[in-house]
Amino acid sequence: MTPALSIRDLKKTYQGGHVALKGVSFDVAPGDFFGLLGPNGAGKTTIIGIITSLVNRSSGAVSIFGHDPALEPSVAKAYLGLVPQEFNFNMFEPVEEVVSNQAGYYGIPRDEARRRAELCLKQLDLWDKRRMMSRNLSGGMKRRLMIARALAHQPRLLILDEPTAGVDIEIRRSMWKFLREINDAGTTIILTTHYLEEAESLCRNIAIIDEGELIRNTSTRQLLNTLHMETFILDIETPLEAAPGVERYTVRLVDPNTLEAEICRGESINDLFNELSGRGVRVLSMRNKTNRLEELFMNLVENGGRQKVPA
Amino acid sequence: MNTHGKLIALQAIATKEIRRFMRIWVQTVLPPVITTALYFIIFGNLIGPRIGSMEGHRYMEFIIPGLIMMAVITNSYANVVSSFYGSKFQRHIEEMLISPVPNYVILLGYIAGGVARGLTVGTAVTLVSLAFNPLHIHNLPVIISMVVLTSILFSLAGLINGVYANSFDDISIIPTFVLTPLTYLGGIFYSISLLPDFWHSVSLVNPILYMVNAFRYGFLGISDISLTTSYAISIGFIVVLYVFSLYLLRTGKGIRT
Repeated sequence: MTPALSIRDLKKTYQGGHVALKGVSFDVAPGDFFGLLGPNGAGKTTIIGIITSLVNRSSGAVSIFGHDPALEPSVAKAYLGLVPQEFNFNMFEPVEEVVSNQAGYYGIPRDEARRRAELCLKQLDLWDKRRMMSRNLSGGMKRRLMIARALAHQPRLLILDEPTAGVDIEIRRSMWKFLREINDAGTTIILTTHYLEEAESLCRNIAIIDEGELIRNTSTRQLLNTLHMETFILDIETPLEAAPGVERYTVRLVDPNTLEAEICRGESINDLFNELSGRGVRVLSMRNKTNRLEELFMNLVENGGRQKVPA
Repeated sequence: MNTHGKLIALQAIATKEIRRFMRIWVQTVLPPVITTALYFIIFGNLIGPRIGSMEGHRYMEFIIPGLIMMAVITNSYANVVSSFYGSKFQRHIEEMLISPVPNYVILLGYIAGGVARGLTVGTAVTLVSLAFNPLHIHNLPVIISMVVLTSILFSLAGLINGVYANSFDDISIIPTFVLTPLTYLGGIFYSISLLPDFWHSVSLVNPILYMVNAFRYGFLGISDISLTTSYAISIGFIVVLYVFSLYLLRTGKGIRT
């Protein structure tokens, strides 16, 4: 099956000599929800820029559903929708025009463009604001407007570059729901985000980029399986003065009512509860200390866990 | 994208551009109309009668075509340079760059906006001129073709300025220091036949002279320059600027990294 996106040995050196990409290769399967992660300056936005023709590549190949955007721009670009990191719509245009104009650039007739604008704006709860100047929208609404605009021509491949940056948790969750729905409907999605909880929740496959190189490209499940240890925070009923000694587990006292316990992957958490119960410690609630993917990510990009994936 | 799709994309860009300047008509259409009305009052009504006739016409009659053309030139230029630079500054030029619309359609869309504003302001100024002098038309096709060619040419020049501009200051430098002097020295207020030989020859280097004279011919039937030369100069400049603009868009100067 032709990949939705195929990138081979992609390199980019900006004027001034900054090497942003050092030969990145990966594929995104049709229908995938694919996470592209990496620290600031890793090269994620450069990759997106090259895919969308906003950045000229130095070398390498890009193919969108089998078509190179440099060689067959009118075919390749028609598949693409982009939600960029920064607001880039005309702040002095009404909301509805932002979306319907975008449809027009894809050759969609005016009446149909208006119909699609209505559909997209309703889906993203912006229809009531359609006559408002886009600069007057709130930050969350502007983010949703960029998604509506990107969907106006019904792209088969949607690229979202930190789409939920700066929006509150309620809107973020509703955007996740919406993105899951359009992915379930068949749209391939590539997501970059700094919210690793978001990537863990949404993405089926994840690539991690650091310093212009691909250091991981695997399924989210496999990536999380590489975690050896998880840390849990336990809220306990009776205050303690010292951490209870529990065999096989490292348990620390954070404060008199809170314990921190490390559990190796594959070990049953029931055993820990039994051990604590046997020592008269009753656990009221439990939560992960850190997001699992976040822990792994930090290990990969900061703690010497980098191992380049062969091209 | 097929031809029909390209036409729809062109319509979308042109409509967007026209709506842009019509939405802010108080800033885009009204000021040139007021400024030109002041020219009519001061140079035509107050000073004109002391100057007497020019090439066999009342001075007011003589300057009206040039003043209309000046409004067309500055407004078609200003429309494209400000719109294109604004789209770069706000980065909504990316909406078009990521879409399948070809560069030449983007270019034609911006030209359409510049021509529309040039013609809108030109028409408004012409209507105002009726308050000072009855409209005299010698050759309507020359008037229409020359005003369209001129607004195309200066829309292209505005786009090139917009591509190279890195700040809002950069979009006012060319109009202030190049376009306005060339326009004033382009035979709007006088016939170059009045100039000494040296300045007469220097004036012939100014492309605006050819457009103003051809336009005046359309109204009054008089010109310092032959019509053929005026058309050749205008079309020649348009071809050169069009090719250069397409080159800039293709290479992504100022808009792609």
